[in-house]
Amino acid sequence: MNDIQIIISGAAGDGTKATGYLIGKILNRCGYRIFIHEDYSSLIRGGHNFSVIRATRNNERCIREKTDFLLSLNEDSIEYHLGGLEEGTLIYNSDQIKDREGIGIPAETIAQEEGAIIMKSNALLGALCKVLGVDWDVIGDAFEGFPHSEKNLKVVRRTYDSQEKKHQIEKEKVASPMITGNEAVALGALEAGMQSYFAYPMTPSTSILHFLARLKEEYKIDVFQPENEIGVVNAALGCAFTGKRTMIGTSGGGFALMAEGISLAAMSETPLVVVDSQRAGPSSGVPTYNGQADLNFALSPGPGDFLSLLVAPGDAEEAFSFSNLAMNIAWKYQIPAVVLIDKDISESTFSFDENVIEGAEKWDEKKERNSKNYQRYQITEDGVSPLAYPGKKAVVKSGSYETDEYGVSTEDSEMIIKMQEKRMKKEDYIKEELSKKEAIKIYGEGDKILFCWGSTKGAAIAAGREAGYKVVQILVFKPFPVEKIREVVEGCKEVVVVESNSSGQAAEILKKYILVGRKILKYDGRPFSKEELIKKLKE
Amino acid sequence: MPQISLNTKNTWCPGCGNFAIEAASKKVIKKIGVENTAITAGIGCHGKIIDYLNVSSFYGLHGRPVITATGIKIGNPELKVIAFTGDGDSLNEGISHLIHAAKRNSDITVVLHQNRNFALTVKQFTASSPKGFISNSSPSGNIEEPLNPLSLVYSAGATFIARGFSGNVDHLEKIILQGVQHKGFSFIEVLQPCVAWFDTYDDYRKNTYIFENTPKRPLEKINEWDYESDGKIPLGVFHKEEKESFEESLKKGKKKLNTKKFLSRKV
Repeated sequence: MNDIQIIISGAAGDGTKATGYLIGKILNRCGYRIFIHEDYSSLIRGGHNFSVIRATRNNERCIREKTDFLLSLNEDSIEYHLGGLEEGTLIYNSDQIKDREGIGIPAETIAQEEGAIIMKSNALLGALCKVLGVDWDVIGDAFEGFPHSEKNLKVVRRTYDSQEKKHQIEKEKVASPMITGNEAVALGALEAGMQSYFAYPMTPSTSILHFLARLKEEYKIDVFQPENEIGVVNAALGCAFTGKRTMIGTSGGGFALMAEGISLAAMSETPLVVVDSQRAGPSSGVPTYNGQADLNFALSPGPGDFLSLLVAPGDAEEAFSFSNLAMNIAWKYQIPAVVLIDKDISESTFSFDENVIEGAEKWDEKKERNSKNYQRYQITEDGVSPLAYPGKKAVVKSGSYETDEYGVSTEDSEMIIKMQEKRMKKEDYIKEELSKKEAIKIYGEGDKILFCWGSTKGAAIAAGREAGYKVVQILVFKPFPVEKIREVVEGCKEVVVVESNSSGQAAEILKKYILVGRKILKYDGRPFSKEELIKKLKE
Repeated sequence: MPQISLNTKNTWCPGCGNFAIEAASKKVIKKIGVENTAITAGIGCHGKIIDYLNVSSFYGLHGRPVITATGIKIGNPELKVIAFTGDGDSLNEGISHLIHAAKRNSDITVVLHQNRNFALTVKQFTASSPKGFISNSSPSGNIEEPLNPLSLVYSAGATFIARGFSGNVDHLEKIILQGVQHKGFSFIEVLQPCVAWFDTYDDYRKNTYIFENTPKRPLEKINEWDYESDGKIPLGVFHKEEKESFEESLKKGKKKLNTKKFLSRKV
């Protein structure tokens, strides 16, 4: 078996997510590359939640329409997913679901007998693992560190022993770590020296806050949850003003509240990294579902004419590398940097390629200026003024008004022009620096091109491979890598753009520079499946 | 030590109550040391103080100097951080930040330039304008009642609350210094007459009085004046309480985790 898709489905509070993760962990330890997609509603208990676990040998990071194993905890989930099962196997909770074809497990009875009904999801896991032929040792190890692992393992053992082996999956010596996109974003920033993370909760960015709040002491960073997103961005600027590398995180609505502060970051030349994890919008939209419709807004994330960086990683490794890059560029050039991700990156779990850590950098600040003659906005050749921080000899005057070089407000027409030009001339240097980075990535070959960005990357690569498309992923949107894009489309027969919004925002940007044929758009909050995209490409 | 005054053109109206706040603040900052100080301000006449003081400063957005000050304090807890703000700034636009800074006992000092109107935008009513106040946005008189910021920050949990008056620089200096030296959130309201749009000098001169001892029942003292009637207006320290500050409670860890170590937990 080179490619397995498993769905575990139940109500919120049934523990399906934790079990889904454990299934991923077990298969990860059997040498598969894991991708887990989470689908859940904006509620605490009830509803219908599921995790799609995709375990492949070739690291496909998307969902399929066809499912091999469906683990169902209630009737609702059967209704919803049975269509995709075809020849696959149903493993169901027979305490809730009437007899049907498949493997019925009295999951609640077993869980109750061993101590707690919450373990019912893991009862289905035991049966699955036996059918797949997973060694018991692998399961035991995977539960290490899981809450109440002993009790859970008793439940798993009972159902494991109740089944017959139908496949044989070997364990592997080396397994990669499994992390979410949100964890990766945080790790990349930490590698670039992040010392503070400020955020107000907003799905799907919230788990960055959870992750860093939990580990703030071990990482020695300050984690602060202010009163609202306006507070977040303005506190972050205060903190960065003292020299602390600071990141903030939010989703579309909160990002909008931060807009004035992002403009202030640019005006005051205070380095700032903002993570916007998109969800289905506009407005509150569909909070726990995916969207890629903040692109236009993120390109110009505040009032005024200013420079900012916009990067759009597409998976966990890129989330790591590009939040790392964003922090370094933000500090080196004293600009706001936006890391645009989406729910299917933030909350999906990926087998993580550790090699990317080697590429992480930490911008090394030249010695802090500390003289009495310090001028915060000294005009320099590249527009970057030396940094200094309050608390020492230098008086550091920074802020939202246009100022002279010292930092005193000005209305002088000549000075206004000089300062605007000073800030904007950094762009050439940033472009030069980014020309050495992977602003676009190319997968496969051919004279038909499929453009993608963000989480659609997973389905695009998988579908492109089968439908005969060369896939081009855009990772940097500002400054836009025009030359690289023109070069890649040279001589091609067709250009298709796939993205999760209704107007084709990336396609419209591309149209300014190249001929774009078709747009394949999806805006129901759900990710593209591999089959769905292949079909659309072949239309 | 650098000169505390900047050689800039002062654009406050002659006789503006802000001059007294500037004078008192300079004396306070000299005492605590320019190098140990960072100041913030929002947008409004009050904010111009930034351009007159040669002190490290972050001239923030309208309504946001208080939360920016907390950010600075988190970034460098060694600094004394003073947020200059106006009534339009922190009682209208950014009132949430004021309440939360008091609630979390952030170790910053807020100096509220209380001129009771939006002055720089040429006279509109603010949250502390009296009922009936005639302004460009309330030509037939303000229909809202004024807010008492002292009672607001008291109920939010402020650990130092004082009121001064631009007509008495020495007293102002004394209470601002006490506020800056206080560990935790300190709030100083300065009655600052706006000579252009709301000249309250005569009323304040007539009605203000200084009390010496911090009262046992702060709210009674705070509510003595309702920002409406021409009753007596107490000046002094209404409330002072020792409590762990927010920034002290932010537990500082010891770095022992890196990416590789973290990832080894996630296999």
